[in-house]
Amino acid sequence: MALAKRIIPCLDVDGGRVVKGVQFVDIRDAGDPIEVAKRYDQQGADEITFLDITATHAERDTMVHVVEAVASQVFIPLTVGGGIRTVEDIRRMLNAGADKVGINSAAVNNPEFVREAAEKFGSQCIVVAIDAKKVSAENEPDKWEIFTHGGRKPTGIDAVEWAKKMVDYGAGEILLTSMDKDGTKSGFDLALTKAVSDAVNVPVIASGGVGKLQDLTDGIKLGHADAVLAASIFHFGEHTVGEAKQQMAAQGIEVRL
Amino acid sequence: MHRIAVIDYGMGNLRSVSKALEAVSNNASVVVTSDPQTILSASHVLFPGVGAIRDCMAELKHLELEQVIKQAAQEKPFLGICLGMQALLTHSEENNGVNTLDIFSGEVKLFQPAKNADGEKLKVPHMGWNQVYQTCSHPLWKGIEQSSRFYFVHSFYAAPEDKQVIAGTSAYPDDFAAALYKDNIFAAQFHPEKSQRAGLQLLENFVNWDGQS
Repeated sequence: MALAKRIIPCLDVDGGRVVKGVQFVDIRDAGDPIEVAKRYDQQGADEITFLDITATHAERDTMVHVVEAVASQVFIPLTVGGGIRTVEDIRRMLNAGADKVGINSAAVNNPEFVREAAEKFGSQCIVVAIDAKKVSAENEPDKWEIFTHGGRKPTGIDAVEWAKKMVDYGAGEILLTSMDKDGTKSGFDLALTKAVSDAVNVPVIASGGVGKLQDLTDGIKLGHADAVLAASIFHFGEHTVGEAKQQMAAQGIEVRL
Repeated sequence: MHRIAVIDYGMGNLRSVSKALEAVSNNASVVVTSDPQTILSASHVLFPGVGAIRDCMAELKHLELEQVIKQAAQEKPFLGICLGMQALLTHSEENNGVNTLDIFSGEVKLFQPAKNADGEKLKVPHMGWNQVYQTCSHPLWKGIEQSSRFYFVHSFYAAPEDKQVIAGTSAYPDDFAAALYKDNIFAAQFHPEKSQRAGLQLLENFVNWDGQS
């Protein structure tokens, strides 16, 4: 008996619609977050993460409605990230049925926000999302820096130190994305994942770069991740969450089947 | 008709619990409330909660719900979830020590840093899907396979003095109480409302429970 490693499909939502090409062949509306979330739930997803990429403030209410609708039909943990900047943003998402919120840029702009959020709502629902890029040269020891604005804006902050600081401030979980690997389908940045996961005592979710099922196993076995997040490998119907779990189980990883 | 009161004391996400109850109860009404009369007139009472124990107890005191909960826990089918389970013990180590409702004698303790048999560091909070070994047969376990997985997220665990009240255990890495029971009370450290099929089954069993074990 042991705690299972988690697989978390991630859906990008823009104005209430799933974007970035979810292509299930047998689904009526692949842009409907409820339909897609239900499908992943049926496949055995351990949690679902929604990344709200809505640009305008006016459309933020849409995300609240999405969460409400999903939470009344899908009974696994839901995380919402993107645009979470205030205590009120968090409250709205939790009241809508989210279990956790992801905080990214707002934490960099004001680390105290994480402390305030954790004190108010409990660490268990505060996920700090970190976008990191390698900044060390080939012959130097590994070093990663955190970036904001979708990886465009450097901050000069060391990723491992930042993760430790965020845990001190009350983060209950770290969502770690390699900006170098994101979208490449060449696997997680395992050295980054391991460096952060070994440095903190809260669960770390590896993200960015999954192209094949073995990448998920590697993230856990070699990167020491507690959970793995992926989008396109599941969205395009290449693999189901169930297949991913079978593959992980075959290599000795504890999963919920 | 059953009427289920979900106790609202300002601690976290009650929508998930009420939605899950609605999904499994055809002819019961679910009301989220902090009103003592509504709670005491309900047929079933669910005491949920996430967050920190000091805030939890402060809110219960502020809303004058301590006695109401104690009374409900004596009278009707009663389900505590997560913090709503921990609050039923005598005392919690959290927040430098907080006295709790003392419905089950015992202490709530923090998970100590530990490694599993493979030498892997175990993170705190204990977060994710763990197996629950049913240590007794109970109406709330009906139709749930032995050692099913449920969703947990917590850093503290209940250590009751009387091991006979343990209804289920999980391991992290040592065994701890994942569920407690006594008369008309059942309490779960995990979140049935977030535990998919097995969790919904447990909630359905609760809705249909007459409080006899």
